[in-house]
Amino acid sequence: MPDAPGLELLAKELGDAALETVYFRGRATLIVDPRRIRSVLAELRARGYGFLASVHGVDHYPEEPRLGVIYELLDMSRVDRVTVKARVPLEEPVIDSLTPDADDGPGWPTADHQEREIYDMFGVVFRGHPELRRILMPEDYEGYPQRRDFPVGGEPVFFTYNDPARRAASR
Amino acid sequence: MNATRQPAVTEGGARAPGPTLPDGQAASSDGRDGALRQELLTLNFGPHHPATHGVLRLLVTLEGEVVRDLKPVIGYVHTGIEKTAEDKSYWKVIPVVERMDYLSYYFNAMAFCAAVEALVEVEIPRRAQYLRVIHLELNRIASHLIWLGTGALELGAVSIFLYCLRERELILDLFEMSSGQRMHTRYFQVGGVIEDIPSGFERKLREFLAVMPKRADEYGAILRSNEIVLQRLRGTCPLDAETLLGLGVTGPLLRAAGNPWDLRKAAPYSSYEEFDFKIPVGSVGDNYDRFAVRLAEIYESVRIIEQAIDGLPEGQFITTDRKVALPPRHELATSMEALIHHFKLVTEGFRVPPGEVYEPIESPRGELGCYVRSDGSSKPARVHMRDPSFVNLQALAHMVKGSYIADLIATVAMLDPILGGIDR
Repeated sequence: MPDAPGLELLAKELGDAALETVYFRGRATLIVDPRRIRSVLAELRARGYGFLASVHGVDHYPEEPRLGVIYELLDMSRVDRVTVKARVPLEEPVIDSLTPDADDGPGWPTADHQEREIYDMFGVVFRGHPELRRILMPEDYEGYPQRRDFPVGGEPVFFTYNDPARRAASR
Repeated sequence: MNATRQPAVTEGGARAPGPTLPDGQAASSDGRDGALRQELLTLNFGPHHPATHGVLRLLVTLEGEVVRDLKPVIGYVHTGIEKTAEDKSYWKVIPVVERMDYLSYYFNAMAFCAAVEALVEVEIPRRAQYLRVIHLELNRIASHLIWLGTGALELGAVSIFLYCLRERELILDLFEMSSGQRMHTRYFQVGGVIEDIPSGFERKLREFLAVMPKRADEYGAILRSNEIVLQRLRGTCPLDAETLLGLGVTGPLLRAAGNPWDLRKAAPYSSYEEFDFKIPVGSVGDNYDRFAVRLAEIYESVRIIEQAIDGLPEGQFITTDRKVALPPRHELATSMEALIHHFKLVTEGFRVPPGEVYEPIESPRGELGCYVRSDGSSKPARVHMRDPSFVNLQALAHMVKGSYIADLIATVAMLDPILGGIDR
């Protein structure tokens, strides 16, 4: 991990794309502008953070901007990790996809399934993703189950017994 | 076959309209002109298929017997464990996350506990760290044995499966001795492990350590001298390290391609830096290398366990911080504070300072990372597992494109995806 001054330096070099830095429990996190996520990650890749270890979503309910997308970057030669976080509002949960290659540089193919999972679970739309479909939930599922205001339980189970029309037909 | 009569295979595996003749004339569809007609066939493979290692569904586009495109369809065993975890206090989350990747339950618990321990800033006693290493490496051997057995089964070698389960039983017996459970043991706790190893554990463990390398030698000898196994593994479906890194693949698959990346060495956790072990690597990254790397890892795990049991330090097996770990049973009868701590821990659980951490460890399948976000309450606000099977599955299509469908079966076997971990 870059230490706290190293993180500040990194944020300064990224310019106004870096909104905030968090140094917590020895882990460095950069909070960046979601509109410039691709350029920020390309910049960090040029600095050695070439391996995208993980992409995950988080819901900051009830704070706005609510939805967060977190990118765990790893520099394998220096064994150094940095976390990049972008937060998008609930009204417009859109962020550029990292998956495809684009004009601004090569993509990160590993993000494919993980971005689909965040779309599935939190409803964040990844602009430019080649195949943005639900991945774990059924395709006709409504709602985004990992959001904090999505209730746990109470969901009807798909049995014939629970479907009034089919129940009547089976009598 | 005449080259001009080859079917036009479009990019992305779309169904080609049929062969075209050189003069632009449409080919006769009944094939009575003697020309062989080929078209792409989309085959649904799974989710209930004995060779898919679980409920994995693959949409395979075939041209004859050659795989032209492949799309994994997953989610059949999605049980919402990450959502369930948000509704439980931290120490009750351990048994649910253990059920994600059901062959490497100690690793799931380890990743989660390590993340929570980083948030709480609790120190782990050295004895607990060594006990964790012993159980993690036993679990790695058990997981690799299931991989070897089922993998061989898919290549047609049935007896290996029975042999591998025989050794796995010995490991499960050891788990039962230390924790009372054979699978999903809930042995790891935030702050250490739940119980010290019982008397007699060391003797049984040493018996196992004496027998395991010999058995691994036998399995290697059986499979490496089997012409069918060699034909199906050697040179099939290789993928270079650079592509694998782009796809986020870690673990034995990456090491088979020659990149010695292992978090146990690169970023040691739980005292791994104190053990002397090697990282087996392959050279070309084909199915044979994947097989050889995992088989060699069994020997290295045995070496680590030997060193850990030899050098097992004396001391506490769980932290003495009563805010996190349950007090010993005997204290409850004599100490009021112990009773209060016990009551608070069992009813509400412990509170965790707000913040978020990502904690990666090396599971049998690659980097298993646990992201935990705390809002200051006694329940996590978000638990996410970066499961290596989920990420590694993306490489499957890149591995098998252009290979025979029989090689697809061998590659799924050597990829070792665990659907419980993929779907969570």
